[in-house]
Formats: sequence, structure tokens, C-alpha cells
Amino acid sequence: MLEVCEVSKKFGSLVANNKISFNVEEGSIVGLIGPNGAGKTTLFNCITGMYRPTSGRVSFQGIDITNLPPYKVARLGAVRTFQIVHSLKEMSVFDNVLIGAYLREKNTEKARELTEQCIEICYLKKLRDNRAGDLAIGLQKRLELARALATNPKLLMLDECMAGLTSTEVNESVNLIKSLRDKGITFLIVEHIMEAVMPIADKVVVLNGGVKIAEDSPEAVVQDNRVIEAYLGQKYGKKCQLNSKERGK
Amino acid sequence: MIKEDRKKQDLFWYVLVAILILIPFIPRVAANSFTQHVFILILLYASMSQAWNIIGGYCGQVSFGHSVFFGIGAYGAGMAIVKYGIVPWPGIVIGSLIATVVAVAISYPCFKLKGHYFAIATFAIVEIFNRLFMVWYWLNGALGLDYPMLKVGWKNFVWYKTKIPYYYGALILFVIIFGIVRFIERNRFGYYLKAVREDQETAEAVGINSAFIKLAAMALSAFLASFCGAFFVQYNFRVEPPMVMSLHVSMLFVLVTILGGVGTFFGPLLGAMILIPLQEYTRVYWGGLGSGVDLILFGFLIILIMVRQPKGIMGLINEFQNYRNRKRRRIISTEAEIN
Repeated sequence: MLEVCEVSKKFGSLVANNKISFNVEEGSIVGLIGPNGAGKTTLFNCITGMYRPTSGRVSFQGIDITNLPPYKVARLGAVRTFQIVHSLKEMSVFDNVLIGAYLREKNTEKARELTEQCIEICYLKKLRDNRAGDLAIGLQKRLELARALATNPKLLMLDECMAGLTSTEVNESVNLIKSLRDKGITFLIVEHIMEAVMPIADKVVVLNGGVKIAEDSPEAVVQDNRVIEAYLGQKYGKKCQLNSKERGK
Repeated sequence: MIKEDRKKQDLFWYVLVAILILIPFIPRVAANSFTQHVFILILLYASMSQAWNIIGGYCGQVSFGHSVFFGIGAYGAGMAIVKYGIVPWPGIVIGSLIATVVAVAISYPCFKLKGHYFAIATFAIVEIFNRLFMVWYWLNGALGLDYPMLKVGWKNFVWYKTKIPYYYGALILFVIIFGIVRFIERNRFGYYLKAVREDQETAEAVGINSAFIKLAAMALSAFLASFCGAFFVQYNFRVEPPMVMSLHVSMLFVLVTILGGVGTFFGPLLGAMILIPLQEYTRVYWGGLGSGVDLILFGFLIILIMVRQPKGIMGLINEFQNYRNRKRRRIISTEAEIN
């Protein structure tokens, strides 16, 4: 569905992404992980048109989106959320989601119905009349998800949508993502919380220093020495290996 | 809850329009042409500021260039009558179209700038147009255009002995411009304007072409502002560049809206209701000496209100309403507990 082909992005002499390639298959959940500064967000920006890659190609459903502006990428059905929340602070939660709903539904009444649904799916119903800027950061992240969801996307790209959430909230979000995947939405997720990504991802892409160092199923990735060294750390690697052995028994 | 609020706002709007229609029938107003003058200016300035509010308030792009569009509209009507000796209407239409084109042409490069830098760029544009019109021979340069004696009536849109038709002209302008903004506010375009104001990146991320939205808002805003300019010249029988194309006029657009409440529907009307009587009555009491006293008072008011509530008077009203609602809810809940 999404093909990233040898994408490089340079800021002056700094190489943020170096010839990164991977595919996201339709209906799957792909995790994009790596230490801070690995180039995950840059890659996201290249995919969604916020940046123009220095070289390489990105295509979505067979359409070349490398040089499209962000709003055109969104109209094609690849919608993102931001790592640093970008709520429309002065507007209510409902209006925030409505902005997303208007992408597919020009009629105000129908857009409102769609908005109600999305708010309910994302457990925001109680807060619908609150000012978005007043919400706690975790809820603002969920609001971002709701707004992206209201655009009726084919591919949802979440940039650390679970950072700063409590473990209950993480669980809620994980369940939400799973149920949305079952409805046919494809996911590309940047995430630091391994407990959240590992159980749901079909495939994990690991970046380090702007280079892709691994691309495999979560079970295989946690045993990859380079990944353990670069990111997971010995402790987590062992824990996961133990877990998978137990599961094997 | 939103629906209830809307119904309330609808009701208020219809009542307001009805009152405005009936104002000239009040005997004290009917007998006093100065009072009529004040009412006409209130409606005109409210309409101007509402036109500015589309781009400056809802879309958040503070433009100090609106006197240019206002002036082009004024010159459109003026040229039709003074230079070509025909009715003003074709001039008004052509003027407003030119204003729209100019607005798009100058804001296209300016929108590459963000926030304050955009505002500064529009400052410069007013000066450029002011100088240009001052030396443009075809437009009579600094002399300006003086209306000859014309046949009174709606055809020429001039009256000499009465101001009542001007009042209704201003009211029509007011209802049209406020009506358009009310329609926009409740539909997709209005929400998109707000989204662009709040966060351009988010807007783009959900498929909004923010550059197009800003340009469209600017075009509509300039189009409506130019009609106000045309009304202004028909009312004054004369136009010269400093009268319509100056930073002073541009500031009025902005200040009236800021005082009333930026990005709110009734804000421009409230702002005009305060500034215009202040301006006209100080002018009457102090004569030439008093020119500027109104702005001193007005500036002081703006500082006072901004310190308390950056959303202007409408912000204060909303704060008060929220406070009352909360109180009422508390009373209801305590009553429920007692029962």
C-alpha cells in the first residue's frame, strides 16, 4: 500500500535519513522504532509531504506522492498525527474532530454525525464540549487520533500517539488500534513504548542514525543483536527472548 | 448545547435586524439628522470591520491593508460618477472586482510570511497605494474626486436633504455582510478558516489547502470591504486618497474588531457601537481641537479590555455567560441533591 523507496533526507551535511526502503502492506500494522534522533519523525515528514526528500521515492496505492503537498497526501487517504500535539486549542473537542470529518463530507449535518461516531469510538464523548487546549496531553493525543480518524483514512500514521499516557490509557489505545485495523485501516506507528507496539505490530522497522538496521516481525527483531545494541538494550532483549521461549513451550 | 446556543443567537439576530429596521421611526431619530449620521456610520463601520473579520478574525491573518480595498471600491463609484457621468453601480461592480484581484495579487506573495511579518508587509502596501493614488493623474491625484449635483434617488444613490435612505442603504450592506459571515461561520469554509488560524500544519494534515483557504478568505474580505468603500464615497460626495487609503482607515478596521472581539460574529458591531459615537460626539463637542481625543479614549479602552480579556467585549460577555451557566447548573444539582 505504502512504498518507501530509498528515501534520503539531508539537512545541510547532516543525513537524517539514508536510503530507507520498506513497504506497508494493506491491512497491516507496521511499527517504526529507533532511538531518539534516529530519523523517525523526519521520515514521517518525508512521507506526508511536510518535507521533500533529497532523493528517493514514496508511493501510496501506486500513486507517486514524493512531491505532493501535505493536504493532497491527506486527501488521498494517508493521514498523520503529530508527535508534538497540534490541537486547535481555541476550538472545542467536537469542532476539532469536525474539521477532520469535513474532508469527506461537505454537508454539515452528515459531517456532524460522523464526528459524533468518531468521538464515541475514541472515548471522548464526555469531553465533547471542552476546549481542546484545556485537555491533558494524553487526551489531546487521543483527540489527534479522533480527528485523523474522522477523515476516513486508508492509512493512519501515528507519531508517538501513546507517549505520556498512563498504562490504562495505553491499553485503551492499543485496543482501539486493533479494532480499527479490523475495520480495514492500515497503520504505520512510530512508538517508544515497546509493550504497546510489539504485541500488535505485524512488522517492525528499526532505524538507527538515519539508517534502517532491521525490518522483520517483532519476534525476530527483538533477537537481532544490532537492534538490541542500538535500542532495546540487553535487559529488554532477554525479557522478550524469555517470553517467546515460554510461548514456545 | 451547541444547537441551543445557535437558536439563541438566531433569535437575537432576527430581533436585532427588526430593531434596526424600525430605528428611523423613532421620532427623536427621525428629527435629528446628526443622530441618523451616527447610526449610519455605526452600520458602515460594523460592516467594514466584519469584512475584515473574515480574514483577520476567523482566519487569523491580521491585515493592515484593507484601506486599499476600501479605497478602490470608493474610487470605483467615484470614477463612474465624476469622470464618466453615469450611475455609480457599474463602477461599484468593477471597483469591487478590481479590489478582489488586487487583494489576491498582493496577498499571494505576502501569505508566504507568517504572523507579524504578514501584518508588516500589508502596512507597506497601504503606503504604496496611497502614494500611487496621490500622483495618478487619471484619478485626479491628490485633488480627489468631487461629486457634481446629481438627481437624488436610488438610481444615483445620492440624497441631499434626508439621510434616511442612506440609513437603509447601510442597513442592507450590514445585513448582507453579516448574513454572509453567519453562513460561513456555520459551514465548512468557516471551520476551515478557524483551523488555518489555529494551526496551519494540522489543517494541512487533514487535507485542507491552507494557501487556497487564506486566498479565498482574503478575496471575499476585500470584495465586501470595497462595497463599504463605495457606500462611503456616495455618502460623502467626495473622495481623496488620504480619506480612504491611509493607515488611519486601516487601523479602524482592525481596532473596531479587536475591541468588539476578534473572530466573533457580533464583535464588529459592538466595537463600532462604541467607537463611532465616541468619535462623532467628541468631534462635535471639541470641534477641530478634539480630533484624536476619540482615538485616545478608544486606545485606552482597548488596553483596558485586552488586559482583562484578549477576545474583546464578546470575550467578556461569554465569560459572564459561562459563569452564570455554571452557577445555574450548581443550583440545579444542589436542588436535585435536596430532593
